[in-house]
Amino acid sequence: MTRAFVSGNEAFAQGISLCRPAVISAYPITPQTIVVERLSEMVADGKLVSDFIHVESEHSAMSCAIGASAAGVRVFTATSSQGLLYMAECLPYAAGGRFPIVMMNADRSVALPWNIYGDQSDSLSQISSGWIQFYAMNAQEALDMAIMAYRIAEDPSVSIPFMVNLDGFNLTHTYENVDIPAQDAVDGFLPPYKTDNRIDLEEPVNMGFSAGPAYNTLFKMGEHQGMLNAKCAIPAIEDEFFKVFGRGYTGLVEKHRLEDAELVIITLGCVSGLCMDVTDRLREEGVRAGVLRIRYMRPFPDEEVSSALLGAKAVCVLEKDVSFGNAGTVFGEVRSALYGSGCSCTVCNRIAGLGGRDISSDDIRCIFEELRDGPSDVRFIGGQTS
Amino acid sequence: MSGPTAKTITEDEYFYGHKACAGCGGALAVRIALKVLGRRAVAVLPAGCMSAVGFNFPNLCFANNAIISTFAGTASMMTGIEAGLKARGLSDYTVVGFAGDGGTADIGLQALSGCIDRNDDVIYICYDNEAYMNTGTQKSSLTPFGASTTTTPAGSIVRGNTREKKDLLRIVAAHGIPYAATASVGYLDDYMMKVEKASRIRGTKFIHVLAPCPTGWGARTDMTVELARKAVDTGLWRLEEFENGEFRLNRGMSDPAGIRDYIRSQKRFAHLTDEDIAHIERFRDARWKDDAQGRSERGL
Amino acid sequence: MIVPRLTSDISVWSSDNLPSSTCYRAGTLVDVNAGWRTVRPVINAGLCKGCYRCYLHCPDGTIRMESGKASVDYDFCKGCGICARICSFGCISMEVER
Repeated sequence: MTRAFVSGNEAFAQGISLCRPAVISAYPITPQTIVVERLSEMVADGKLVSDFIHVESEHSAMSCAIGASAAGVRVFTATSSQGLLYMAECLPYAAGGRFPIVMMNADRSVALPWNIYGDQSDSLSQISSGWIQFYAMNAQEALDMAIMAYRIAEDPSVSIPFMVNLDGFNLTHTYENVDIPAQDAVDGFLPPYKTDNRIDLEEPVNMGFSAGPAYNTLFKMGEHQGMLNAKCAIPAIEDEFFKVFGRGYTGLVEKHRLEDAELVIITLGCVSGLCMDVTDRLREEGVRAGVLRIRYMRPFPDEEVSSALLGAKAVCVLEKDVSFGNAGTVFGEVRSALYGSGCSCTVCNRIAGLGGRDISSDDIRCIFEELRDGPSDVRFIGGQTS
Repeated sequence: MSGPTAKTITEDEYFYGHKACAGCGGALAVRIALKVLGRRAVAVLPAGCMSAVGFNFPNLCFANNAIISTFAGTASMMTGIEAGLKARGLSDYTVVGFAGDGGTADIGLQALSGCIDRNDDVIYICYDNEAYMNTGTQKSSLTPFGASTTTTPAGSIVRGNTREKKDLLRIVAAHGIPYAATASVGYLDDYMMKVEKASRIRGTKFIHVLAPCPTGWGARTDMTVELARKAVDTGLWRLEEFENGEFRLNRGMSDPAGIRDYIRSQKRFAHLTDEDIAHIERFRDARWKDDAQGRSERGL
Repeated sequence: MIVPRLTSDISVWSSDNLPSSTCYRAGTLVDVNAGWRTVRPVINAGLCKGCYRCYLHCPDGTIRMESGKASVDYDFCKGCGICARICSFGCISMEVER
């Protein structure tokens, strides 16, 4: 194990390198670039044995990744924003083909208007694409998830591609101290990829085929089941990770001071850390505040969310996206999970941080203050110019 | 040097029991290429006719490894497969793509360009039936001048497609590709020779094979091979190779006057006037003249 | 000889026997194409010179060369007529299906 002061992107690149992907296909887009630049350096210096393929678009990045996975090897790619949307056709393709590709997405605003900064509009628009969606809070977790992502995705009961989301700039470009595990420890935790879902020169297969009305539902049900199976695989693999590396994680959600919390912010990504800090200060002031951090948007932690909120009085879903004409995407998912669950809390939605707008601790304090009145409205934070 | 022949290629059939229309030129192009390449060919087919007719679970019509790619992603998926198989330490296989004219010259052109740029070791075969046939005969950038398609209908003011066919061979050659060629299912010995040659060259290879579609062209199902032959004989489709940076014409124009017969035997050209046909002739002649001039300027 | 073949391994698919992904044994056929035909090629073996032209040009690969003579796999022949037209020896006739 070594300790390093690195950015989120660099930490993630280190994590991926330890997983020894045989093929990396990548196309550059801000703020993803550093992760693929670091990987290309490792390949150029012989520190990572991998075929680094310079594709000419994100669509080709994912199409190439699918091809390599169909050939039976471990694959990595990374993208962001416009790039994620440009490859969007290939996302359900990879998932429906049950190819356990791992992709990093640097969460970024979506044009128009053009904006290179962080929000979560890109990945949240793709929650139904069939990919496991994880949202990292800090660089260490991002690095660790690179390693766990392959274990989860490649688990035979799962076989679902895995998208690790890092908040653009806020996480991809900020520097933190991280522990980088030793290669032999990772090799022990993550064995080489083995699958029957691959091209076989001795016993040929036909792959990626059509399935008409008669069988289509069965294949889709299988895919859905794979995603649901991840709900069991994730905590089991985290336990194993803890035993090997000494860092524990908390499954589909992370609960911060929720035991007796009345006022709760639900959020995802690195703003969770700030929400937790504010919560700690409010606790000192006697406010029964708490944070429920959604780690996985898919599979969605419906039971974890509803059981965590049984004692809550007022909840705010704080998120960096909007599903135009409705509300925030996460808000919709949370309310759906709460319906019929026995929770009596009010739920409001605050849409913040769009296009990289800072979310301050004052913003979060304000939300907690508002929660005392039990609001259930949908509102943007940052609509006023400053 | 003699190429493969009907008697020397394998008797194995790798593309069989498929649901292509009777007399499908594309199916013939795929079948013959796979018989030349053999069982260790790994075929990539984008959404389109050949994937639609070949892979409808549980009816799976390829005896070799085969996979459907996204429409735009034939070449990029081939890149990934080639890289993956190589990473597994495998050898003695051929990654081959079969995409139609729309899948190649329109939506798949970017990925093809990237693949050639990287010089990935694959064979890309474009079977050209001159329109989007799987969706019901819509115009592609390889639809010839004058052809009526469902999106370039023979109207009273605009009579069919107003644009000439893209010169795909030269677009591909401009990348500096190791090997590129045109072919026709009307001259299968020539096609087989080119596929076989491509399999011996490292780097990216491209073969553009004319493959008539009786359904979309409005021709008799038994005329596929003859039309593909006539297209060559009349000079509308030129058999060429690009190798070591040079173009080589494989066959002259043996029946320039046959153009009328060729056009009149297809419903897609039924509305063309004598003047339209004269226009097609002039365009053909200009291309042949350009080529002759170019070759004489290079002292060939 | 390698060729995709009709199989009756499994007639009904369910979640118990469905492939776990879109990946299955190559060359698995479950139905024939014979019903597509309105005419069928009939080969006069006496006239067949074994030139392989019909075999080579069949888009469906349904013509086999056995002991130097062409024969047709009528399960998968669609009756396009390319073979009859390309035969230089006039030994293939297209006859109406009854």
